[in-house]
Amino acid sequence: MSEYLKPLPKPSPTSRPFWEAARRHELKLQRCGGCGKFIYYPRTRCPYCFGDQLEWRQVSGRGKVYSYTVVRRASHRAFADPYVLAIVELEEGPRMTTNIVAAPESVRVDQKVVVHFEDVTPDNTLVKFKPA
Amino acid sequence: MSLKGKAAAIGIGELKPTKEPGPDTTALGLMAAVAAEAIADAGLDKNDIDGFLVGMPFSDPGFIYPASAAEVMGLRVRMLNVVDIGGASPAGMIWRAAAAIDAGMCNAVLCVAADMNRAGDQRPPTISVQREFESPYGNIGANCGYAMIANRHMFEFGTTPEQLAKVAVDQRANALKNPLAIFNDKPLTIKEVLGSRMIVDPLHIYEIVSPMTGGAAVIVASPEIAKRAKHPPVWLLGAGEYADHATITYAPSLTESPIKIAADTAFKMAGLERKDMNFVCPYDCYTITVIVTLEDAGFCKKGHGGRFVEEHDLTYKGDFPCNTHGGQLSFGQPGLAGGMSHVTEAIRQLMGRGSARQVKNAKLGYVNGNGGIMSEQVGLVLERRS
Repeated sequence: MSEYLKPLPKPSPTSRPFWEAARRHELKLQRCGGCGKFIYYPRTRCPYCFGDQLEWRQVSGRGKVYSYTVVRRASHRAFADPYVLAIVELEEGPRMTTNIVAAPESVRVDQKVVVHFEDVTPDNTLVKFKPA
Repeated sequence: MSLKGKAAAIGIGELKPTKEPGPDTTALGLMAAVAAEAIADAGLDKNDIDGFLVGMPFSDPGFIYPASAAEVMGLRVRMLNVVDIGGASPAGMIWRAAAAIDAGMCNAVLCVAADMNRAGDQRPPTISVQREFESPYGNIGANCGYAMIANRHMFEFGTTPEQLAKVAVDQRANALKNPLAIFNDKPLTIKEVLGSRMIVDPLHIYEIVSPMTGGAAVIVASPEIAKRAKHPPVWLLGAGEYADHATITYAPSLTESPIKIAADTAFKMAGLERKDMNFVCPYDCYTITVIVTLEDAGFCKKGHGGRFVEEHDLTYKGDFPCNTHGGQLSFGQPGLAGGMSHVTEAIRQLMGRGSARQVKNAKLGYVNGNGGIMSEQVGLVLERRS
């Protein structure tokens, strides 16, 4: 297997449960006990009501492409081949930066997608999406 | 409380951006060069400068930056700070300078930015959450975010590639009259823009700013000092600032930006309407930026930006003069000094120093500063009093 050269996430104490769940191929987000909103990316306090009662909950993994682009020339040398960068809006509300694993020409705004876990290294799983 | 008429821009300095800086070029050297030019342009002496606002160069950053840069230039100042709101920093400096002057903290503020860029330089995201949740997916640099804004804008409003390209084309026509613009030798057509290399769908290379080396400075002064300036003072009538996200993924909307609140605040302070403006200088890191800015700053309805640029002549002699220096798309983007180019151009036009690209009877202009991916926004209304 060739060496993985793209940047890898470095979990913080705040985000560790998210990445640990991803390694188990589970999508878990924080939900605010105060206002009930789901949150992405992980925080120590709710960015909406500023409450600190945040609980980890498994979510559906279903969403829509809010927008996307095909990056043909990236600003980072490890991303040599064109890739689909997207913002996916989850059914539960939050938006996530991610990749759509599909032929670039087939991706559309508003397209339905489901979560697709990619084990990029033995220790790192990225949360990507594929057409539903 | 208002900053209306409390301070004026009285001098500018600006270098022609370059892709090939000489071996002796440094960011601090560029900064000193444009500072000296702006101070002389204002008719002041270096010792008259008692306030200092500076943008930190990517090529030579550091802590305790303002005092260090001030020391290099031999400045002794009563107020000093880095303004760190991305491309909006220069516009943000103008109202901060006016506020400090109005508060009696200082009288003449040097606002300056300069930087060096070489081909292939990469700017990593600077804070941990971006390294963790953006970089692994390749959301690196500004291109991707603006491309996603453009795709969403096309989806929601039917904005076309031709409409986006028209921004670059009209601004190029302006650049042809600007000796300081880097791309000022030949006109551009919509066909050429759309035929140029696709970098991030739907944005072509002619729709994306080119990183450059250069610098720019503005002197903002008290009414008392403005009285003895060499050129007609350009008064700040209104200012507004707003930010609601850093990474575009977490913005409330991809197509409605924080510009609305910044612009509304600026126009309310000025007590003026959009139609009162004789020209606009909106930040234009990409073609889509101009379209979203014209909508959110209130010059056309939401979603009509594409049609608006299609139906109006954005050149200096047109019915809606926009970025008469060529915009950064044709002027070049020397780091944060790219954002200053919109401010210096507005000042030039209002001082009547627009030369071959002078907008007739330019008395009022609107400047928009934009940081990051439609993140930090600053609106300025500027006036030349007759």
